[in-house]
Amino acid sequence: MTTTTAPGSTRIELDINGVAADVRAGLSTTLLTVLRDELHLTAAKRGCNQGVCGACTVEIDGVPMRSCLSLAHGCVERPVRTLEGLVETPRIQALQRAFAASGAFQCGFCTPGMLVAAHALLAADPAPDEAAIRRALSGNLCRCTGYARIVAAVQDAATALAAGGAAS
Amino acid sequence: MSAPAGTAVGLSVPQLEGDDKLCGSAQYIADLHRPGMLHGAILQSPHAHARIRGYDLSAARALPGVRAIVTGDDLDERHRMGAFIKDEPAFAKGKVRYVGEIVAAVAADSEAIAREATRLIHVDYDELPAVVDPAVALAPGAAIIHENSAGYVKVFDAGTDGNLCSRTVFTSGDVDAAWSECDAVVESTFQTQAQAHLSLEPVGALAEIEAGGRITLWSANQSVFRVQASVCESLGLPMTRLRCLTPRVGAGFGNKMEAHVQPVVVLLAMKARRTVRLVLSREEDFETVRARHPFTIRIKTGATRDGTLVAREIELLLDGGAYGDDSPGVLGYALLMQCGPYRIPHVRAHGRVAYTNKLRFGAFRGFGVPQVTFASESQLDELAAQLGIDRIALRRRNMLVPGDPWFGGQAIRSNGLAECLAIVERESGWNTPLPGPSPDAPAGQRLRRGRGIALSAHISGLLASGAIVRLLEDGSVLLNTGAVDIGQGSNTVLTQICAEALQLPVERVAIASPDTDGSPYNWGTTASRVTYVAGRSVVGAAAEIERQLKRHASEMLECSADDLELLPGGKVAIKGVAQKAVSFADISGRAHWATGGPLIGTHSWVFDEKTFDPKRAAALGLPFAQIGVFSFNALAVEVELDEATGQVRVVGAWSACDIGRAINPAMASGQIEGAFVQGMGYALVEEMVWDGARLANPSLMDYKIPTMAELPETLEAYLVESEEPSGPFGAKSVGELGINGVAAAIANAVADAAGVRLRRLPLTGERVLLGLLDAAEKP
Repeated sequence: MTTTTAPGSTRIELDINGVAADVRAGLSTTLLTVLRDELHLTAAKRGCNQGVCGACTVEIDGVPMRSCLSLAHGCVERPVRTLEGLVETPRIQALQRAFAASGAFQCGFCTPGMLVAAHALLAADPAPDEAAIRRALSGNLCRCTGYARIVAAVQDAATALAAGGAAS
Repeated sequence: MSAPAGTAVGLSVPQLEGDDKLCGSAQYIADLHRPGMLHGAILQSPHAHARIRGYDLSAARALPGVRAIVTGDDLDERHRMGAFIKDEPAFAKGKVRYVGEIVAAVAADSEAIAREATRLIHVDYDELPAVVDPAVALAPGAAIIHENSAGYVKVFDAGTDGNLCSRTVFTSGDVDAAWSECDAVVESTFQTQAQAHLSLEPVGALAEIEAGGRITLWSANQSVFRVQASVCESLGLPMTRLRCLTPRVGAGFGNKMEAHVQPVVVLLAMKARRTVRLVLSREEDFETVRARHPFTIRIKTGATRDGTLVAREIELLLDGGAYGDDSPGVLGYALLMQCGPYRIPHVRAHGRVAYTNKLRFGAFRGFGVPQVTFASESQLDELAAQLGIDRIALRRRNMLVPGDPWFGGQAIRSNGLAECLAIVERESGWNTPLPGPSPDAPAGQRLRRGRGIALSAHISGLLASGAIVRLLEDGSVLLNTGAVDIGQGSNTVLTQICAEALQLPVERVAIASPDTDGSPYNWGTTASRVTYVAGRSVVGAAAEIERQLKRHASEMLECSADDLELLPGGKVAIKGVAQKAVSFADISGRAHWATGGPLIGTHSWVFDEKTFDPKRAAALGLPFAQIGVFSFNALAVEVELDEATGQVRVVGAWSACDIGRAINPAMASGQIEGAFVQGMGYALVEEMVWDGARLANPSLMDYKIPTMAELPETLEAYLVESEEPSGPFGAKSVGELGINGVAAAIANAVADAAGVRLRRLPLTGERVLLGLLDAAEKP
């Protein structure tokens, strides 16, 4: 929902992708609504608005979170990174290359959330085994791919990052 | 038409839209913004069946920021839409027919205001008795859902009457006499459930109106042309007034083929004379769009002692929901496909669709085949057991081999089923022993393994398609087909076909976005038809461009056009003399600026091969007289069953598909893998549940689909290339095929593991456990 009539709507400053964003948000306004409707950052998707599908996943304080369940007022002074703000990072770029090469997406609606969740996983565990990948990404639904290629792509990205690190 | 060493076909080219989708910049319907755009919201019916006496809009109108409200009073009784039966208004008019049906809609300055306004609309209802069970709906005395159903316009002989939406009967041979030839006969009833499509993207639409009244409509859809037809039919607009476009689509699986909110949004824009966007919430999408049909399947199959199939009788009862939608097609297609890829000489296949007070049931990947395959393949296992014949041997004895026609008589010119079966038998380790039940656990708490197999088929085809190939001034190519890529990658595949046909690298071919103003007609992304049907159009249009290129080149090189050939990279050369060549750019420059005019190749066709040969079979109420070419699948699965909980886990799945020729092998495999996991959800957990007439689980909290945690340890897709002579570069399509046998194979594996045959989907832990306990009680 848009925030025009949200009760208690006030201006707050959020750190979105490293930039200070001055936004209007009611006490019940979610981060996802602010991102999509106020800031027009549309990578994070509204798939269920209930915290189940994972398509709205963003990083808050470096942790993958559901932006549809995160209140905007609760994000003050906590850096928020959406896929748009992560695309210059080596991890996301390795994941993007692996997702493209493996066919780890079809319709692409779940993909931004999937990439952000995978980014957080690789930040915490640079060499996850298959079980760790399944655990970390099992909260991100995909109805198109059947998941096998996503698992493979995350493994490929981890391998590529490790090789790149070794080379430098 | 086969070209083994080409520039594009057979390569796993990454999806063309990858950069946008992987950066988050791909735009779906909810991401579109237009200047001055209003936001829409719907009001849904709280009743399953009620007459609408009137509306009080005064409070809603008084809310600041409300710009337009539409109700059934804005609709004309004469305007109705429907793919087979014109029985559906743009939204509820005069009556509501299911809980959740759209009754009114509001356009306002924000979505919050629009939603608040819908709550201020008062609708005066006169409740009617509701019918939610299809058998009850067809029984005498049932409340009538459509008072004048027999009078609706229909596109085929549907037999509509009262709550009977449609009926179809197919027969071949003499089934009544054939039972006496059988040594074993099995007969039982199977029940399947409603499945939600659950495209991750909820449906939505955005309509913009010009001062002159012409409307541009973007929506999440599977066919801009079906959207145009449905909106114009339901609102009584001439098609010249509506232009339909598509943003990226967050998957479809069937639920975005026919109309959803597009007519409502267009009407709101017309009334507000402003741009309006409306996107449904997940719950609204569950409740108002459509779902896979629940089937009741009475089926009887007979065979001789050696396992030869002789006779089949099958009777289907489909819950059609409140409107016809694609139900008559699903019934007819399920009856056409119910034999599976087997020879059965004596068949009576008949069925009915009943109107009920539920949401529409309609197209869903597989289009009725997963349901009948569940029943048919279960019975083949039962027959094999009764006759003491190996399950695969029974299937091999009866399966269609090259030269056999399909049930009804249509010829099959490419059939790779035997190779599919051989692959999955070998790769699944079918003939090696399974691990036995864990020996250290007591009976009742063990893990048991089982294997299942299912063979199935699907068409690629149906209806009309065109393509336009234009040579641009620099010698590159623009392809325009009107086919909507719903995420499966058809833009990439069609581009590959065009590039191959003109011997260009894929980078030299761009593909236009579907637009009813500028694209040639394409019926839709449905019926597994885009690779095959649109692909054939692309090949035809490219051949026309090739002819024009050679005509120019023959004049430029002063030789006969017959002595010319295309060389890779955009050149036309004298055969065998590569240095005697002109480039596409040279030719295009000449055509644009000197002689002949721009090069434009077009091709149009409609699939016109008859489904039924009257010498072989008889049909009453046939919704598709011309259906398509056949693709084949063999699927083996291995499951693990927990005796203590009844929970079933798929350990491995091996799915081989005969798709003629793989234009893009990685994408084709991706379709098979995705279809398997969607089918696994259908087999084991997914079920829309009604509490009376109200859908009890319209949310992802309560309706579960498979996650990465349930992904089988092994999920292998195999591509068998049988070379379909009529297909583009030998290709058939693959979108649906992979789901058809999944519930059947899993049910057969559960029966193998449990020793219990379950005839109702989904095979939840509770049902499996009850089955085990029932079996244990019997001596």
